[in-house]
Amino acid sequence: MTTTLYTTDHEWLAIDGDVATVGITDYAQSQLGDVVFVELPKVGRSLKKAEAAAVVESVKAASDVYAPVTGEVLETNDALTAEPALVNSNAQDAAWFFKIRIADKSELGGLMDEAAYKAHTA
Amino acid sequence: MLSRDDQNSLQRTPLHGLHVSLGGKMVPFAGYDMPVQYPAGVLKEHLHTRKLAGLFDVSHMGQIALRPKSGKVDDAARALERLVPQDVLAIAPGRQRYAQFTNEDGGLQDDLMVANFGDHLFLVVNAACKAEDEAHLRANLSDACIIDSLADRALIALQGPKAETVLAKLCAEAPAMKFMDAGPHKVAGLACFVSRSGYTGEDGFEISVPAADAERLAKTLLENPDVMPIGLGARDSLRLEAGLCLYGHDIDTATTPVEAALEWSVQKSRRTGGARAGGFPGAEKVLAHFDHGASRRRIGLRTEGRAPVREGALLFAHEAGGEPIGKVTSGGFGPSLNAPVAMGYVPTASSALDTKLFAEVRGQRLPLTVAAMPFVKNTYKR
Repeated sequence: MTTTLYTTDHEWLAIDGDVATVGITDYAQSQLGDVVFVELPKVGRSLKKAEAAAVVESVKAASDVYAPVTGEVLETNDALTAEPALVNSNAQDAAWFFKIRIADKSELGGLMDEAAYKAHTA
Repeated sequence: MLSRDDQNSLQRTPLHGLHVSLGGKMVPFAGYDMPVQYPAGVLKEHLHTRKLAGLFDVSHMGQIALRPKSGKVDDAARALERLVPQDVLAIAPGRQRYAQFTNEDGGLQDDLMVANFGDHLFLVVNAACKAEDEAHLRANLSDACIIDSLADRALIALQGPKAETVLAKLCAEAPAMKFMDAGPHKVAGLACFVSRSGYTGEDGFEISVPAADAERLAKTLLENPDVMPIGLGARDSLRLEAGLCLYGHDIDTATTPVEAALEWSVQKSRRTGGARAGGFPGAEKVLAHFDHGASRRRIGLRTEGRAPVREGALLFAHEAGGEPIGKVTSGGFGPSLNAPVAMGYVPTASSALDTKLFAEVRGQRLPLTVAAMPFVKNTYKR
C-alpha cells in the first residue's frame, strides 16, 4: 500500500515502507513547459531534506527539484535522461525522478496529502 | 513576485485582449504585459514557425518617423548618421537596414531598424529603450527632423516559410518584396507599413498597422490554418538559433559593434578612410576597434551534452582551475537543433571556430565548442 504526499515546492512522494519515489507534480510540469533536460542525483548520494537533488530544464529556464526528505538515493529513472519530455506527458507516474530511503519518518509530518496540495495550487 | 499595483502599471499592446482570449500566459516584459507562450507551448510554437508560419505581437517595440524639415529624406539620413555608425544615406527608398545607436564610449545604446519611406525615415527600436531613444533623437536631431512617435500603431511579425503565401492573400505586393524591402502597403485594405524582415532567421514580414485595426488584422492572419500565435519564449529561442543579438543581454552600453561581431552592419563609408568616416558618438573607439581589433568578441557556442548553458554562466579555458575568461550572454535549448545553444564573450584569442571551452554550470565545468552562427541556416528571400 503506497501513500502519496506532496511538498509546497511541487514534488510528489509515493511512500512504500521506508522508500519514497519522488517526482514533480503535473501542476509543476504545466508551469515549467516543455522539459528538454533532466539531471538526476547519483545513486548512493546522501541528501538532506530541502537540498537541491535534481534539475529540470525547460526551453526557457532551469529549476531545482529538492529532496523532500533526508535519505540515501537508491535508484534513479534513467528513462528521463533519454526522454525528458516524459515529465510533461506522465509527471506523476512514469516520470519519477529518484527513489530515496527515508532516514527519518517524522519528516513526513510536514508534507501535504492530495486534498491539501490541490488547495495549495488552487 | 509582482504586486497587484505593479501588474496594473504594466502597459498593454492593442493585441492584449486577443492574447488573453487565445490562452496566452502573460508575463511582464519591458513594462508590458506580454504572452510568453500560448497553450501549444514554447517547443511547438518554435517548430511551427520554422515549418509553417508564426504570428508575433511586437507592438511593445517603438515605431518612430523621422521627418526631414527640408522635405528631403537625405537630410534626415545625414542627421541620423550623427547617431549611428551605419551608412543611412545609402538606404534606397523602399529599403531597410539594421543599425545601432552608439554612446560616447562606442558602446551600444540600442539596436534598431531604419527604413527609407521616400519622404521620411521609419525606425523600429527596442521596447525597453524606446523612451531614451526618442529623447536622444529629439536632443540631437531636432534641428533637421521632426521626431514623430507613432505610438498609435501596433507591430505584427509574420515569420516562417508560409509567411509569403499567407500574406499574399491580403497584400498582393508582398511576394515581390525581397529581404529588407520596406514601405507603405495596404494589407487587408488597411494602411500598413510592411517590411520583409524579422528576428527569427526565417523569411517573413513585419507589419505596422494602426492600433485600432490591429486585432482585426491579427485575427484575419490567424484564420489561416498555417498561422499559429507565438509567444516571447519561442521568439527568444528562434532568435538565439538564428544567432541574433538580444539587446541588454548580448549587446549593451559596454559593447562596441566590433566586440559584438557586428562589423557587417557598419558600412565602409563610415569606417576609417570612408567618405563619411566617423561622426557618430564614440567613433574614435569604434574605429580603433575596426583598425586594430578588439580584445574580446561575441561567439556562438555548442555543448557536447544535453544540459543547456544559460545566461550568466562563466566560461573557462580549462576543465579545472584558472580564472574565468568570459561569460555566456544568451543560452538555452534550440528546439530545431534539438540541442543546447549559447552565445557569449571571450578574449579574441579564444574566439576562433572549434576552440574548446568550458562553462561552469551548477559547480561543474561542461565542455563547449566555439561554433559558427547562425546555428540554424537562415531562409531570407534575397
